[in-house]
Amino acid sequence: MTVRSTWPWLVGMLVVACTSFFLKRSDIYLLSLCSVYLMATYGLNLTVGYAGQMSLGQAAFLGIGAYIGAILMTKAGWPFWCVLPVAAIVCFVVGLVIGFPALRVQHHYLAFATLGFNVLVFLALRNEEWLTGGTFGIANIPRPTLFGYPLDTEFRFFWLTFASLGVLMTLLWLLLRSPWGRAFAALRDNPIRAESLGVNITAYTLFAFAIGAAAAGIGGVYYASLVQFVEPGPFHFSTSLMMLLAVIVGGAGRFFGPLLGTVVIILLPELLRASTVPALQFMQKWYLVAFGVAVVLLMVWLPGGLLSLGDRWRRGRVGQ
Amino acid sequence: MSEFVQLIVSGIATGSIYALAALGFTLLWQAAGVINFAQGEFVMLPAFGMLICVSFGMPLWLAFLVTCAVAMLVLGWGFKVAIVDPLIRHGVIPLVIATLGLSIAAKSTVRAGYSALAFPFASPFPEGQFALAGVTLSYADVGTLVLAGGIVVALQAFLNRTVTGRAMQAVAQNADAARVLGIDVKRMVLYVFLINAVLAVVTALLVTPTYLAKFDMGDAIGQKAFFAAIIGGFNQTRGALLGGVLIGVLENLVGFYVSPEYKEGVALVLFLFVILFKPEGLLGRSEERKV
Repeated sequence: MTVRSTWPWLVGMLVVACTSFFLKRSDIYLLSLCSVYLMATYGLNLTVGYAGQMSLGQAAFLGIGAYIGAILMTKAGWPFWCVLPVAAIVCFVVGLVIGFPALRVQHHYLAFATLGFNVLVFLALRNEEWLTGGTFGIANIPRPTLFGYPLDTEFRFFWLTFASLGVLMTLLWLLLRSPWGRAFAALRDNPIRAESLGVNITAYTLFAFAIGAAAAGIGGVYYASLVQFVEPGPFHFSTSLMMLLAVIVGGAGRFFGPLLGTVVIILLPELLRASTVPALQFMQKWYLVAFGVAVVLLMVWLPGGLLSLGDRWRRGRVGQ
Repeated sequence: MSEFVQLIVSGIATGSIYALAALGFTLLWQAAGVINFAQGEFVMLPAFGMLICVSFGMPLWLAFLVTCAVAMLVLGWGFKVAIVDPLIRHGVIPLVIATLGLSIAAKSTVRAGYSALAFPFASPFPEGQFALAGVTLSYADVGTLVLAGGIVVALQAFLNRTVTGRAMQAVAQNADAARVLGIDVKRMVLYVFLINAVLAVVTALLVTPTYLAKFDMGDAIGQKAFFAAIIGGFNQTRGALLGGVLIGVLENLVGFYVSPEYKEGVALVLFLFVILFKPEGLLGRSEERKV
């Protein structure tokens, strides 16, 4: 990933963000929601795309972050900025623990192990009413203030979320350009060779999960503050599944893959839902069908994801 | 005591349903190297198939046969030709992702095209209970146990005692060697896909009366099937059986004695323990790790 190929994406993100000056409240809310999910999918891209581990449990980390945010901000009255590191650290530690099965098993086993973890977290969120409010959830989660300046409107909160996403992406980018990033790629491409070259694959496997989980945990706190209400529903394993597909559809192991994938899985269906044109509403009903079929076709024709299209095109031209 | 025996019996009955779905899973993995994440939807679709047939006035047995035929064509042959054959050369993960996509497509098709509601489904067995040696048993449990058990035994006999069955096992063990011996590998692999489709329809017949026909009913059954397969040992057909029954019984016991809310978590915890301490499964042999 060179700096030159990066700036069109950054400009694109900024342009989309600047449309928030003209959008109505519900659309700005949608952009914030996208940013929140992007924090989680960027974490997942590190785990899945760069370190090559399978994970179907990312929604559980988002949920843990969101509930930590909800509980600490409503029941304990903690400020947003103190909750953020707590959620990140808790998810980091849980991510380390979830990484342990990855040391024993790979691929589909790991997919089901992480999926199992997600189902357990979902059951706990739904059943431990004394803490999580069960299916009723937790309401009235406050929006944060920054140096006494309230970030309570959709517009202000969007810019906070967007800026935080930018910080998170920058940190991940720096991480991936450091020797750590090379170690993650080595772990993905050939773990045995990586180990023979002195890469501690145990530590890097665990950290791949832990860092990915911490990013989702941070996203979770923003989620709680954005929606101002949490219930177990959004943290079902089907969300994990969609996040994994977002990463893979966009292009696993490509820095801007999750950006494209999240547009496909979050933004497009929501825009179709919100539209008043009957034809578009009809499309909304069948959107997931088309999406599922598209995933199958994509795997057949373009296993590297949408962003590998550019590579293939370039390779084709060189070939001629 | 009698309630304990009842829990065990109905647990084994439920477990044998899981085992049926898990059996298809392991067969596909052994013979074709396919992990089917849409296995749950392979059960859900026939359930709706039978529901639609019955709504056209067919008796249940006819609906079952018609659905079997359609399932063999679509979920057996069609699945193999349209999805597995083009993808198998890319390795396990693209196929896993493709079957995840397939599962989303199948669920959303039923939800958007048919209904998002849960539909009751007639049990193939009579209602009511009977007492045997002081233990009350329901006809449905016993019938499920007999039918599922019978199918598993028949399948084992087919795999171990017939020429075709042994040829299929040979393909599962070493496709190249089997080809050298003159076995038609492609045909044997196709048979496995057809058997998987039929097993899915039988699973649907047995499980839908309790689960109800709903677009997302496959989530639970697909997971249980996979967990059962792993717990028992992925490279052993007997393993699927043991895993399924173990999950069914433990779920019943935990649901009754410990906490009904966490009944769904039993399979997961068991599964996590197995992959941490004996990743090849309880009955499985460890496979050579390929570099």
